[in-house]
Amino acid sequence: MVKQEKASANRPDNTAFTQQRLPAWQPMLSAGIVIPGFVLIGLAFIGIGVALFVTSRGIQVLEIDYTGVEQNSPCFPCTDQNRKNCVCDVNFSIDTLFQGPVFFYYGLSNYFQNYRKYGVSKDDYQLSGDLSYFKAPSSTCSPYEYDKNNKPIVPCGSVANSMFNDTFKLFQIVNGAKKQVSLDGKGIAWWTDYNIKYRNPSVTPLKNAFNGTVKPLFWSKPAYELDLSDPANNGFINQDFLVWMRRAALPNFRKLYRRITDGDYAQGLPAGNYTLEVSYNYPVLSFGGRKKVVFSNVSWMGGKNEFLGIAYLVIGSMCVFMSIVMLIVYAKFKFPEED
Amino acid sequence: MTHFVSHVSAEEERRVRANDREYNEKFQYASNCIMTSKYNIITFLPVNLFEQFQEVANTYFLFLLILQLIPQISSLSWFTTIVPLALVLSITAVKDATDDYFRHKSDNQVNNRQSQVLIRGSLQNEKWMNVRVGDIIKLENNQFVAADLLLLSSSEPHGLCYIETAELDGETNMKVRQSVSVTSELGDPNNLASFDGEVVCEPPNNKLDRFCGTLYWRDKKYTLTNQNMLLRGCVLRNTEACYGLVIFAGPDTKLMQNSGRTKFKRTSIDRLMNTLVLWIFGFLVCMGVILAVGNAVWEREVGSLFQSYLPWDPPVDNFLFSAFLSFWSYVIILNTVVPISLYVSVEVIRLGHSYFINWDQQMFCSQCNTAAEARTTTLNEELGQVEYIFSDKTGTLTQNIMSFNKCSINGQTYGEVTDPLGPQPKRLDFTPFNPLADPDFCFYDDTLLESVKVGDLHTHEFFRLLSLCHTVMSEEKSEGELVYKAQSPDEGALVTAARNFGFVFRSRTPGTITTIEMGRPVTYTLLAILDFNNIRKRMSVIVRNPEGKIRLYCKGADTVLLERLHPCNHELMNITSDHLNEYAADGLRTLALAYRDLSEDEWEAWSASHRCADKATDCREDRLAAAYEQIEQDMMLLGATAIEDKLQEGVPETIAVLSLANIKIWVLTGDKQETAVNIGYSCKMLTDDMTEVFIISGHTVQSVRQELRSEHVSVLDDVWIEFALIINGHSLAHALEADMETEFVSTACACKAVICCRVTPLQKAQVVELIKKHKKAVTLAIGDGANDVSMIKSAHIGVGISGQEGIQAVLASDYSFSQFRFLQRLLLVHGRWSYLRMCRFLCYFFYKNFAFTMVHFWFGFFCGFSAQTVYDQYFITLYNIVYTSLPVLAMGIFDQDVPDQRSLEYPKLYEPGQLNLLFNKKEFFICIAQGIYTSVVLFFVPYAVLSDATQSNGVPLADYQTFAVTTATALVIVVSVQITLDTGFWTVINHVFVWGSLGSYFTIMFALHSQTLFRIFPNQFHFVGSAQSTLLQPVVWLTIALATAICIVPVLAFRFLKLDLKPQLSDTVRYTQLVRQKKRKPVGRSGRLGARGGSRRSGYAFAHQEGFGELITSGKNMRLSSLALATFASRHSSSWIDTLRRKKHTHAHTPPKHCKTCKICFPFLSLICCLTYFTSTPHFLFLHHIDVFYYNGLVELHLNARSQCFFLLFASQAFFGLPKAQIMLMYL
Repeated sequence: MVKQEKASANRPDNTAFTQQRLPAWQPMLSAGIVIPGFVLIGLAFIGIGVALFVTSRGIQVLEIDYTGVEQNSPCFPCTDQNRKNCVCDVNFSIDTLFQGPVFFYYGLSNYFQNYRKYGVSKDDYQLSGDLSYFKAPSSTCSPYEYDKNNKPIVPCGSVANSMFNDTFKLFQIVNGAKKQVSLDGKGIAWWTDYNIKYRNPSVTPLKNAFNGTVKPLFWSKPAYELDLSDPANNGFINQDFLVWMRRAALPNFRKLYRRITDGDYAQGLPAGNYTLEVSYNYPVLSFGGRKKVVFSNVSWMGGKNEFLGIAYLVIGSMCVFMSIVMLIVYAKFKFPEED
Repeated sequence: MTHFVSHVSAEEERRVRANDREYNEKFQYASNCIMTSKYNIITFLPVNLFEQFQEVANTYFLFLLILQLIPQISSLSWFTTIVPLALVLSITAVKDATDDYFRHKSDNQVNNRQSQVLIRGSLQNEKWMNVRVGDIIKLENNQFVAADLLLLSSSEPHGLCYIETAELDGETNMKVRQSVSVTSELGDPNNLASFDGEVVCEPPNNKLDRFCGTLYWRDKKYTLTNQNMLLRGCVLRNTEACYGLVIFAGPDTKLMQNSGRTKFKRTSIDRLMNTLVLWIFGFLVCMGVILAVGNAVWEREVGSLFQSYLPWDPPVDNFLFSAFLSFWSYVIILNTVVPISLYVSVEVIRLGHSYFINWDQQMFCSQCNTAAEARTTTLNEELGQVEYIFSDKTGTLTQNIMSFNKCSINGQTYGEVTDPLGPQPKRLDFTPFNPLADPDFCFYDDTLLESVKVGDLHTHEFFRLLSLCHTVMSEEKSEGELVYKAQSPDEGALVTAARNFGFVFRSRTPGTITTIEMGRPVTYTLLAILDFNNIRKRMSVIVRNPEGKIRLYCKGADTVLLERLHPCNHELMNITSDHLNEYAADGLRTLALAYRDLSEDEWEAWSASHRCADKATDCREDRLAAAYEQIEQDMMLLGATAIEDKLQEGVPETIAVLSLANIKIWVLTGDKQETAVNIGYSCKMLTDDMTEVFIISGHTVQSVRQELRSEHVSVLDDVWIEFALIINGHSLAHALEADMETEFVSTACACKAVICCRVTPLQKAQVVELIKKHKKAVTLAIGDGANDVSMIKSAHIGVGISGQEGIQAVLASDYSFSQFRFLQRLLLVHGRWSYLRMCRFLCYFFYKNFAFTMVHFWFGFFCGFSAQTVYDQYFITLYNIVYTSLPVLAMGIFDQDVPDQRSLEYPKLYEPGQLNLLFNKKEFFICIAQGIYTSVVLFFVPYAVLSDATQSNGVPLADYQTFAVTTATALVIVVSVQITLDTGFWTVINHVFVWGSLGSYFTIMFALHSQTLFRIFPNQFHFVGSAQSTLLQPVVWLTIALATAICIVPVLAFRFLKLDLKPQLSDTVRYTQLVRQKKRKPVGRSGRLGARGGSRRSGYAFAHQEGFGELITSGKNMRLSSLALATFASRHSSSWIDTLRRKKHTHAHTPPKHCKTCKICFPFLSLICCLTYFTSTPHFLFLHHIDVFYYNGLVELHLNARSQCFFLLFASQAFFGLPKAQIMLMYL
């Protein structure tokens, strides 16, 4: 007995793991799984596709380009670089009720917010309200770090500097009179951006925090005076600023400007004529960009999105088609032992 | 460091003075301390890092790291490279450190062995490492020799001592060493302490069989040869003690000089991988150039206009410079096409496979208590691609154990095992009859024992011959406990047989042999030993029995012995000759036995002529041979013996399985042609079905060429006929010459079996190199002795048999185990799995990285070629090392397509590896094409969906962070689904890793996007809140699902169709295994392999060298103690190979049903029926399948889905117009 034990002293352990005999599930792409699977996936995709397509069809979208490239367009005069505080009126009409809540976007095209150097050109410490970075912004902000007089720029960097500064007022023409549509600018930014990512320095009044700094070069008013109507909507937690700072992934993008949720227009924009009063400040023609405003309402799946529904329908039908092809093939060339 | 110095100043000659350390220290000879380790604690870090950065890949990543530190270029944070790099470096460092730790341990163990050194006249215990050149050390029996020693004196007479050199050269025969006569007289330590001779000899070298030097002592010169040397690594045997002078120590010893650095072996997958990595680098540069050109164009056309919002960096002043920087930036972000984790993952997988080899119980030999060992961890997948096996014979195919199996006495044959199917014959028990019998001896035929007992004269004379005619030495430790020490195992077997049948060889003196014949002690006077040599192929003794009669006993090869018989033996000779043929046909080694009575006069006359020849100074050998020839005439035939050269367990089966797997086996042996051919037959490499067995044994270039040519012609004539080639060493030397090489290779490779006999170790390596060069095939060499080391080292894979012979082969090998039959498991199971896993791993790995990286390329066209990454930098850092590493590792380590028994049952499954089908350039391109396709989908689907999409609260989804999170999530999900498709064997580990990786992705992402981390490092975690706000959106999930479907559905369809249209054998086997759950029939076990026809072959059994004849007669060795011959009881394992062969023909005997599938198809088919009906499309398309479906499905269905079945019945009747009766008939 002792000898036996000694003889097998080097014997490897007899466990399922060491002997590679772990119980295992060994799936196989058998016809019984693949073909019904394809049918199921196909049907599910077709179902979702139909739902998406129908939903998307129900969403209303109105796009108005106001860049002013064409001579006859209302904003053409404002494209002159020398005109300051140019205001132009863009008229449009709505045939049927535009179901509320209506969302009001501005859009830019050929605009590269996703350029790498542009994206990093900001100072996160500064934007989170760290006063020491007010005095000495991070070098990532270069060249919008200091102004000519070597005063620190707050908020620094390309992103902040290039903030979109056209403003809009919407009027409904009711019996020839302009009735202002009230626009709601609250909560248009991400919750985390507003509550966590961007903080104002805890200095009251906010203005004092900006002592010794200058506003970004392209800005007409300092950060602490972005919204004169609401003192809480200033500094780095100004909603428009936050929307701008969340940079777009693609060169053609739109950003939420306002919601139309209040008062008479809570149910939507009734049919009729409207005037959009644009305070035209933001130059885009030099690089071939376009500006537009978009009105849209949403469904459970968000805004209008025809691609998704169509893609689902196509993939779903292809799955069903493939399952038929596979069934035919399977019937013709079955597994060899069945011969 | 002393040995270092001695290496540098090339030593021209070595001077050693005994007992004079001061004198010897002048020369700074290496001490006896050996050091195989590479590092110590202080040097480890710098040296190891230096070594690691010699790897191109590591340097490349270091270069990337430096690039990332340049702010203008850095498109990614430095940690994306340093984290994986540090991980890889530290894993490798840990592995190196562990390896070195074990080397330190084994060094220490060897260095701290004790030896007795003569210091200042007294013996003191010293560690081996403290032994110096010039010391005199004492060795005791069974001790390892500590250094290369000059033998000074020994306890045995004449300064003889016996050593076993197995560890050094692999030979198990004991060797005799003798000291120079002047020193042998010194004897005891007191005299030796005053010995002050000086040895002048050659510098250290690695020639094991040569030494030349001179001993100067007391103004006299003595020539020293290898005969006086004891080399490190040998073991002292049968010698009580001896003293030796240390000549070479430590690294200078011949053992260490021979263990040169092993050549670093790479697998073909390695080489392919390196080529592919270079291609990928080329591809990377191309991508970089394309994107840089894009950047130049963009900066010129768009960027320059966009400068008011996005000014160029201060150092950038024009678009060309920007493009230049952009190139490097893209090199950084696209470098993940060749991630650093590739190399470390490959190593981890190989390590895992090596452990599985080490752990395999079925490759554990309980007799020798050794498990298989993967000594090299980097070659596993090549085990799945072997095409040629070069095998040694002795000790590898055979056990080198001889057993007395059959004999023919006076025309009567004994030892035939009656019926292989009948009851196992009982082993004879000799003890009651003969107390001196060897209990390990096996014999089954009791008629022979009966014949001895009844006192048959021929039988008695037969065994008397066996007990007298040999050069075996005996030792009797205690009364009746005899141990024979034979120079060749054959002789031992014969003497042992005689011992058991009542003719016990008990002891000998130079002039006498004492035996116990049937319990009665008899002493014969030994008059002469006519020793064996290779030309004579026989040996004789002349003895005078107690009655005074002189008789010559002779045993030898039948070919030579039968010629020298008296003519009256004619009839007996014919019968015996037939018996010999039978034995030879069974693969046994045969000897014929004869005697001759000599009269006193004849003896006197011959004795005189013999003395005369013996004393001759010129041509002594020839004269002796002539004298022997003279007396070995007119002999009377006694019979013949047949000795089984026991094959290792399962050798014929293994060879058959391996050749079914299309592996060609060549036997390369130093043994004689006859023996090699015999073994060839007994292990079924050669069969009588073979049309022709060519033997090439020409001695000249012309004759070899001619032989080769003629055979080449006949081989080419008919490819369907099986040929075998046997070539001799001297012919091989010619065949390996440059101009004949190709001819030889083409002929040899057309033959089914090739046996090279009488080859030198160097020739073995040459043959391997030849095949490597001409066939571009993966070669494996297997052997057990030191003579196999060269071939083991030169083959792609070297396997050492860790058996009875030394450990040289094992030390040089990449894999070692103790039985040849484990080779089939190593190749067909472990090798095949390793290859499969590695290929699947590589395919998937390249796929996942292309899918991951190429997204950046597409994004480049939309972000001004600014080297903006699509993903978060943490995702880029962790993708390869956390999110996707473990599932693919689990697949690479644990995947199985078919279970191990199936791999052995269907050796054809091995073929894809040999043809390199699973991973080659084509497969690689398919993988990267799939990767690129996936990347296109992963970029453009989110692009198309998200560009206009908004959240349900109206906030647009097209911001960069949402896009990044969506793409990254889709990527992780797609590659996870892909790995689930690729994994064929889902153990619990795979589940944990796959689900764990997915889980870790979400967990880590939520953690990185959490407020907590952001509050601590606001400038590092920009993505705060992105995960939650993105992944809450249904559109995002719809996008991910869409992208996944577009990526996976075509793959799924393609795989299914491929499985249906062009199934691989492994698919079929897997299918059978999984779906049928067919029980494997237990394989019947039967006795010996079937008998073969009797083509005449003959073998004879003697060792290669001359025997100890001269030593015996001179009486020099008469205190020789004995060597225990281990006899392993070994069974002949069953010949299930016949079953296997039958299986090959009746491959498909599985019932032609596929019930499960049909069951699942059932509702679907019903649906199709309805559709067909309603749309009135022609339905004959489905008719075929429906029919099949009936037959296959109905029986299954009626048990569990009766109602459905009825539905189908009616449906079919309605739609296809089948008569109801017929359907009912089918149903019933």
